[in-house]
Amino acid sequence: MALSGVEIFKHLPKTNCKKCGHPTCLAFAMKLAAKQASLDACPDASDNAKQILGESAAPPIRGISIGTGDKAVKVGDEICMFRHEKKFFNPNVFAVAIKASEAGDAAAKKIEAVKTSEIDRVGQKLRVDAIAVTDEGGDAAKFAAVVKQVVDGAPGVPIILVSKTPATIEAGIAHCADKKPLIYAATAENAEAMAKIAKEKKASLAVSADGLDALTALSEKVKALGVDDLVLDSGARKAKDMIEHFTIIRRAAIKKSFKPLGYPIITFATRDNSVSETMTAAVGTMKYASIIILNNVEKWKMLALLSLRQNIYTDPQVPMQVAQNVYKVGDAKENSPLMITTNFSLSYFIVRGEVENSKVPAWLAVMDNEGLSVLTAWAAGKFTASKIAQFVTESGVEKNISHKELIIPGYVAILSGSLEEKLPGWKITVGPREANQLPTFLKARA
Amino acid sequence: MALVIPKETYSGKIYNVQLGSGAKAVTIGGANALPFLGFEGTFPNRPAVAFEVMDITPDDWPETLKKALGNEAANPVQWAKFCQKNGADMVALRLMGTHPDQKNKTPEEAAKIAADVAAAIDVPLIILGSGHAEKDTQVLQAAAAATRGKNCAIGKAVEENYKTIAAAAMANDHKLIAMSQLDVNLAKQLNILLTQMGFDKERIIMDPMSSALGYGLEYTYSVMERIRLAALLQNDAMMQTPIVCDIGANVWKVKETMAADADMPEWGGLEDRALAWESVTASAMITAGADLLIMRHPGAAAKAKEFIAELMG
Repeated sequence: MALSGVEIFKHLPKTNCKKCGHPTCLAFAMKLAAKQASLDACPDASDNAKQILGESAAPPIRGISIGTGDKAVKVGDEICMFRHEKKFFNPNVFAVAIKASEAGDAAAKKIEAVKTSEIDRVGQKLRVDAIAVTDEGGDAAKFAAVVKQVVDGAPGVPIILVSKTPATIEAGIAHCADKKPLIYAATAENAEAMAKIAKEKKASLAVSADGLDALTALSEKVKALGVDDLVLDSGARKAKDMIEHFTIIRRAAIKKSFKPLGYPIITFATRDNSVSETMTAAVGTMKYASIIILNNVEKWKMLALLSLRQNIYTDPQVPMQVAQNVYKVGDAKENSPLMITTNFSLSYFIVRGEVENSKVPAWLAVMDNEGLSVLTAWAAGKFTASKIAQFVTESGVEKNISHKELIIPGYVAILSGSLEEKLPGWKITVGPREANQLPTFLKARA
Repeated sequence: MALVIPKETYSGKIYNVQLGSGAKAVTIGGANALPFLGFEGTFPNRPAVAFEVMDITPDDWPETLKKALGNEAANPVQWAKFCQKNGADMVALRLMGTHPDQKNKTPEEAAKIAADVAAAIDVPLIILGSGHAEKDTQVLQAAAAATRGKNCAIGKAVEENYKTIAAAAMANDHKLIAMSQLDVNLAKQLNILLTQMGFDKERIIMDPMSSALGYGLEYTYSVMERIRLAALLQNDAMMQTPIVCDIGANVWKVKETMAADADMPEWGGLEDRALAWESVTASAMITAGADLLIMRHPGAAAKAKEFIAELMG
């Protein structure tokens, strides 16, 4: 837990020399506590102070990045147990496992699936984030061959090397040392050898143990061997163990500043049944896992998981928004109805969805009100008659339609009078209050 | 450094609420810790899965769903029996036909269907109105009376109509589903209003309003987490009711459960996608603390039950 101003003050020189730019050491301490100042500003800070304050300023859960270039991913660096407390910051990574035995066509297929995985959802580009090449206790050369196939076939995609045999990792990392891979994993048996490779190649290193006590001990051991960028595997594979272990790890890290468990979590959601695999991975996303390995990344599965991840990692205080525009829903023509709503992404998707359900093609004008819902935007003065009139006029929508009728959401029926004044020549029709009444409404007009 | 398991201190627990009677009665609730944290709590009742049945043929349900039900949805009694045979812990009868925009069926017609369905099954029955606040008051009064003695869950009572519906539930010894709009304070307020009129707080099941995956799921998820924190950590008696998530109705409206493969090739196959949509929505609600789910696709419901078994194991 971060130190309070008073606790920090105890470690400062207490000379009030003002060299840091603050009138007193206590004032400086308060700023440090609020993370509005850096200890570097104090020329007289003792080494002891630097160490203690440095540690407490370090994030409770270390941030780790994997890969290089524009597809590099960062995980960890979280501060909450619940997204509503603030937000979850770094969306978990989804990686597909490619086994050494899948060299050749099978691997090529999975690589292709990763490369074509990108989807757009509410303006965010989402995709399978990484590839985990998995050794099954076989040939190091076979493993290395698949690593090379992945590096060549999926350039820029972050790589996770999965093997508990140091020699196999050595063989594999020869093909991707400059790509900041994650090595999985150090165990009690191979810790020294794996730590050596990780340090040499400047790779991050997963530590894998059976249970939280063993994990704690191993994490301390590997850190003492000089590896800072660690990722934790407690051995949890069933949903129940995942929730219990990952909750304990997150709590220990952020509530107790328990350093040995202050690292991102990696988990294998792999299951024989693909729907079960999806639901297991979903638990990982919701309950604190940072890296989730899957056997298969079918498009339907990734759509569901990426949508879930987007939902869970959304900032509760910043609504998702869609771009201001006039959207064509279905095969809308010049005589199709024109409706207006706000750019809160949920409003847009729900309204659009209901219009699509109605099978009545329409124009949906979406106005930028900073992502507020209809009622909220109206109450905040961001969805007023003048603003709507200005938007409609400036949007150029008149070019698309042969009529001049605007359907407004039922909840702002009160605006119809002044809208008619501000949009001379336009007919203002009040639509239903709830989106689910749109199909009935639109079909009745047709 | 040894790890000391950081345990939460709980001062409250969730009420146990029983539905139905006899061998197939189901009790939900009872948790004394946050969901599935077995190292610091006990969970006497597993989350239950109710399958939805409607009083009218679901013509406008997506193809994937219609196919999964086949001819079983031809009439509500047959449909309810099919659900019971296929692993439903409960049946949720939604009287959609009573909506003025649908068939505008009368309360008497609705009552008869409710009584018939109740007589045809052994598992507990949930009776839901069409969501039309005004019509629901008459419909649910009639249905509650017609199923007196069956210990059903009647819903949903909302701010606009809770008095009549709660009175009907009270008079006929049923439990009550109370729904508020995705807000912790509104949920609490409705429970306060209900208890103020004399409704027993231990006969309420809270519906915080569900959302489909990808369509505001996080709102429901976080409201549920906040409700559970208030109930368990702050011992807020108004928040200690079990929670129901009525997910089928939301999930099977979204494009992801309907768009053909050809229309959205980047979304993958429709059948798998649609099943995944309801299954993942269910997994999120269960993880956030749902005590009861109302689902539509028997396959997704089966996956949800499997998931629950793994969590309770």
